[in-house]
Amino acid sequence: MAEVKQLVKGLADQHGRTMESLLPILQGIVHQEQHISEDAMVEVARELNISAAQVYGTATFYSFLHTKPLGKYVIRVCKTITCMMHGKNQVIKELESVLKINLGETTHDGKFTLLETNCLGQCHKGPAMLINDEPYTELTPEKVREIIMKYKHQEISAN
Amino acid sequence: MSDKINLKIDNIAVSIKSGATILEAAKKVNIRIPTLCYHEDLCVAGNCRVCVVEQVGSDRLLPACAMPVNEGMEINTNSMKVRNARKQIVELLVSEHRADCTRCYKNGKCELQELSSEYIVGENGFIDLVAHKGYTIDNFSPSIIKDDSKCIRCQRCVRTCDQLQSISALTVAHKGEHMKVSSFFDKPMFEVVCTNCGQCVNRCPTGALTEKTYLDEVWSALNSDTKHTVVQTAPAVRIALGEALGMPPGEIVTGKMVSALRRLGFNSVLDTDFTADLTIIEEGNELLQRLKKVVKEKDDSVKLPLTTSCSPGWVKFIEHAFPELLPNVSTAKSPQQMFGALVKTFYAKKIEVKPENIVSVSIMPCTAKKYEADRPEMRSSGFKDVDYVLTTRELALMIKQAGIDFASLPDDEYDSIMGESSGAAVIFGATGGVMEAALRTAYEVVTGREVPFDGLNILPVRGMENIRAVSIKIENVLPEWDFLEGVELKTCVAHGLSNAKQVMEAVRDGKADYHFIEIMACPGGCLGGGGQPIPTSPAIRKKRSEAIYNEDELKPIRKSHENPEVIHLYEEFLKEPLGEVSHQLLHTHYTERNRY
Ligand code: SF4
Ligand code: SF4
Ligand code: SF4
Ligand code: FES
Ligand code: FES
Repeated sequence: MAEVKQLVKGLADQHGRTMESLLPILQGIVHQEQHISEDAMVEVARELNISAAQVYGTATFYSFLHTKPLGKYVIRVCKTITCMMHGKNQVIKELESVLKINLGETTHDGKFTLLETNCLGQCHKGPAMLINDEPYTELTPEKVREIIMKYKHQEISAN
Repeated sequence: MSDKINLKIDNIAVSIKSGATILEAAKKVNIRIPTLCYHEDLCVAGNCRVCVVEQVGSDRLLPACAMPVNEGMEINTNSMKVRNARKQIVELLVSEHRADCTRCYKNGKCELQELSSEYIVGENGFIDLVAHKGYTIDNFSPSIIKDDSKCIRCQRCVRTCDQLQSISALTVAHKGEHMKVSSFFDKPMFEVVCTNCGQCVNRCPTGALTEKTYLDEVWSALNSDTKHTVVQTAPAVRIALGEALGMPPGEIVTGKMVSALRRLGFNSVLDTDFTADLTIIEEGNELLQRLKKVVKEKDDSVKLPLTTSCSPGWVKFIEHAFPELLPNVSTAKSPQQMFGALVKTFYAKKIEVKPENIVSVSIMPCTAKKYEADRPEMRSSGFKDVDYVLTTRELALMIKQAGIDFASLPDDEYDSIMGESSGAAVIFGATGGVMEAALRTAYEVVTGREVPFDGLNILPVRGMENIRAVSIKIENVLPEWDFLEGVELKTCVAHGLSNAKQVMEAVRDGKADYHFIEIMACPGGCLGGGGQPIPTSPAIRKKRSEAIYNEDELKPIRKSHENPEVIHLYEEFLKEPLGEVSHQLLHTHYTERNRY
């Protein structure tokens, strides 16, 4: 709690305490903590003298500002029309079956979270997804399986 | 004037000041354009689009509520294109709306329902999406029910809570098809900063935000042979109830209301105004005590300014927003709760009924009063002091259910013991009223003379100005109050929590040196309360306010300390203001609350 307070205060010192500072502060929190917790939002509200609900409203508007804890690897599959027409549904089905979770969930070991997102700017090579900051394009179910296996192996050898 | 704009609406010439909207221009020539997101008290949102009209020579439809008029404009409000567009908009709204009107609390009083009926939204509109929406209903609060399946996302509530109340307990969360009106993390309303003021309830065009009703509970108490039902009526109900029963705004219906309550079967029909007078005695004495400690004894543990405490929305607001200023809030309970505490003690003894057999009901212009009655502190009689709180609207519904023709009722009088009141108590219902009532009494206590205002009317504290600071010089005091000789008593009145916030920020930052502050959570004070008849608008608030001050003028007694029943209560039961019994029954404490 005290840490969050420090973090938010630092970000407010850096970005200011006006309405315009809200987004950079929220991005700063995500950068540090991956998601924006209830406590963090309350601190932001306090620093900017706005309501906590307003912070929540802004945070939930943007796909990259998370309000729930996420896994170590966040998979974001593009759901926008071009990727959809190129078969993002099959990609998601495959991911769900490999990871044994549904869309929006995190694996029990806390490693993977599966989400959808809006256009990633890779429409010409759809379907596309991001794993953390790494883009993957022209996906097929087979390709997806391989990519996930690669991450899983990486995790096992790291332990 | 030269800055008039001339235009034609449906071929009728209109001339209106520049900057006016098409909607306002149409109103001027008595053309009604339907609206949903628009509300007179709020900034324009322009998000629902049902107000679209056609401008001759343009293919685009224009939102009348948001579009300023232009010289020479020709507007059609009823072309085929406009009608089709409006119908489709309503159909789209209904396709995402759980339209079970017959089971809906807003049935018959709903703006969406009215539009659907006007535009004959049939069976063959768009696909019904309700099943796919996963809507939730939050009915955990004792005051307010939030049913997302009835929400059309017009955001009147969001703007109300932000602009009028500066709370923003509600916000727009998520986006696109998932967009919804939400509290912080979608928590239940009773867990968040919502003050239960009900201003959003009063403005919601649908059944998405409503008061929690206790009609069934009250009817069963009225039908029970073993229960003695006692009802109290708040000052602002008597000048607004008529509106919900087909009368024009500004009608004083005190006598008819008393008749109706008797007809409904209440055993004792009493008046919250009685305890409004009592509040003035207790709070006025608290103010004088604090002044004495601060001015004379230089005791810096005692806090000034003193703020009023009768508006439960305000109390919950300060508990959340300025917990460090809670010592400034008067410890006096609100008139409703003083009444409740006395009904099951003093009054019960008087009428020889066991307190456990009394059901105490209050009729309030307010939804926050429901929450207040539910507070754990409000059981000082050993029972729940006020069992059920009904809004003005709920009382109107009871009267309709009972088949009573309200307009033709004769006038009747309140029962005695706790039914007498002064004009000072009546004006509690208007912003500035508590201040005026307190000054009428406190000034006289200190100087032995009446307040130096013509006809006891302290006009500077009245009106609808957002924040009104008024100082009164105290001169030629009685010996006991010599330390107040020449003191300029600085007071401030604010209504609506946005204004309250401004005042309290100044107090917190040491930028205000007031002695006494009156705050009402609702715009206009209780007369504009969240439980009052819908609609409430600036013009209607003005009418209600005039009625309240007329009622004051008509009262034979105008000062709280001259209310004979209050005097008798002190002689027989309380003994003295701020005494031991008062402390036990009439005063309370407050709780610091969370920031969300
Ligand atoms: S909110 Fe209005 S339209 Fe919707 S169900 Fe209730 S009465 Fe009907
Ligand atoms: S809750 Fe009512 S006022 Fe608020 S957005 Fe929904 S329909 Fe409009
Ligand atoms: S009841 Fe008052 S405080 Fe609560 S959400 Fe509505 S307007 Fe805001
Ligand atoms: S549509 Fe998927 S990346 Fe643009
Ligand atoms: S009333 Fe004009 S857009 Fe809603």
